[in-house]
Amino acid sequence: MFPPRFDYERPGSLDAALAALADEGAIPLAGGHDLIPLLKARERDPETVVDLSGLVALRGVERVAVDDVDGPVERLSIGALTTDADLLDAEPAGVDALLDATAAVGDAQIRNRGTVGGNLAAAHPASDIPAATVAADATLHLAGPDGDRTVPAEAFATGDHETVREGDELLTRISVPLDPDAGGAYARETHPSTGYAAVGVAARLRVVDGAVTDPRVAAVGLRDAPVRLAAVERELDGADAGTPVDSVADAAARAGESVDEPVREDHVVSADQRRTLLPTCAEDAVAEAVARAVGREGVVA
Amino acid sequence: MSEHEVTATVDGTTETATVEARRLLVHALREDWGYTQPNVGCESGKCGACTVELDGEIVKSCCVLAVQADGAEITTIGGIEGPPEGLAETDETAPESGGDADFGPIQRSFHEEHGLQCGYCTPGMVLRSRDLLADNPDPDREEIREGLKGNVCRCTGYENVIDAVEAAAAKLEPIETDGGTTESTGAGNDPTAGGGD
Repeated sequence: MFPPRFDYERPGSLDAALAALADEGAIPLAGGHDLIPLLKARERDPETVVDLSGLVALRGVERVAVDDVDGPVERLSIGALTTDADLLDAEPAGVDALLDATAAVGDAQIRNRGTVGGNLAAAHPASDIPAATVAADATLHLAGPDGDRTVPAEAFATGDHETVREGDELLTRISVPLDPDAGGAYARETHPSTGYAAVGVAARLRVVDGAVTDPRVAAVGLRDAPVRLAAVERELDGADAGTPVDSVADAAARAGESVDEPVREDHVVSADQRRTLLPTCAEDAVAEAVARAVGREGVVA
Repeated sequence: MSEHEVTATVDGTTETATVEARRLLVHALREDWGYTQPNVGCESGKCGACTVELDGEIVKSCCVLAVQADGAEITTIGGIEGPPEGLAETDETAPESGGDADFGPIQRSFHEEHGLQCGYCTPGMVLRSRDLLADNPDPDREEIREGLKGNVCRCTGYENVIDAVEAAAAKLEPIETDGGTTESTGAGNDPTAGGGD
């Protein structure tokens, strides 16, 4: 399989990359593990491929202090072109679900090349990282010809390989809120031949005075874009973290209520299978998130 | 459509080619430069037969454009030397000269444990196994199985591959470092003891 013919550019700065992407028919290339197979399958036929690997300023992970209405808060800022492997090597604290999800991406070779921002921007329906960014209430930063804008992770993907990113915009960084007492986790059922998640669930919550607080739970693989599992969140909110087995199982059992039809169905996993796997993945993710949060209860920044 | 001159160091040799932008690295390696050990398998980033080291990190060369490797240092299975980074072979298992002596501990273990049949996946399997053992010198079987997720074998059923990686791990030990001086604890750095993976 060979890609179609195209022109290739490798700009050395964000401004040059945005200028190159202003041409209709130009598409960005990050780690390539979504785009290059799509090119080979002739599902993309760009005039120009704009290789982003020269944008070194968009790589790296750092904690930053941001002014919030309640005063300064810490966030984790991840450059969009940080490879999955580099994020895992950095092992930042406070983003458990994101690290779990990143470790689940592809395989070692793919994580060496694939990028966090590329994973989000590609918006594969069974991709792991989007679930974690939704559960973490991350903010995605975009740059474009008209300046910068931010989008909540939950509003970013709109469908199968569709996002709110315009063709002349680039995802530049992912900003994740950090709460020292939050716990998160990601659990998935992997399809053995595709390697993608049949279903993946990310959870993030805090435990305050023995009760689950601020739970956010999101699933991928079921719909074309990530889904918030609001019914699970409602059931979990205020649940007794001291008896997590019952409360987590009760909450996880409601996961399907938040997933509208139609659920994705393809030649590898049926819609029924995905619905059947969902509560187990939700229970695994939430139980681990609760365990981690219990271990950090009362930690002060 | 654009063409590009690409220069890369492959297994220590400087190679140059003029390629179309769409040319994949694995095709440049095999057809332009004659390095035929990276194999073309699934062509979609799943099977790992095309695995090479690109600037020190293993990648699937069917999902990298050749033009992206301009200026890079590439190592195929044919260019690897000695045990994985940070490890040395113990004296007891180092081979005598002749036979498999030109191969490193991982390649010998694949031979000894019958970790291959047709050999198509083996260049990728060995490169990934090296990488895995450099990160985790003493993996359990589940860690090996999970670690080799990106390398597909259609012959062995994987059990012998996992045996081979376990056997290789038993031949290797971390290099002791003392005050920043790297000291080999075994025969791994002895040029007469062979090497090669």
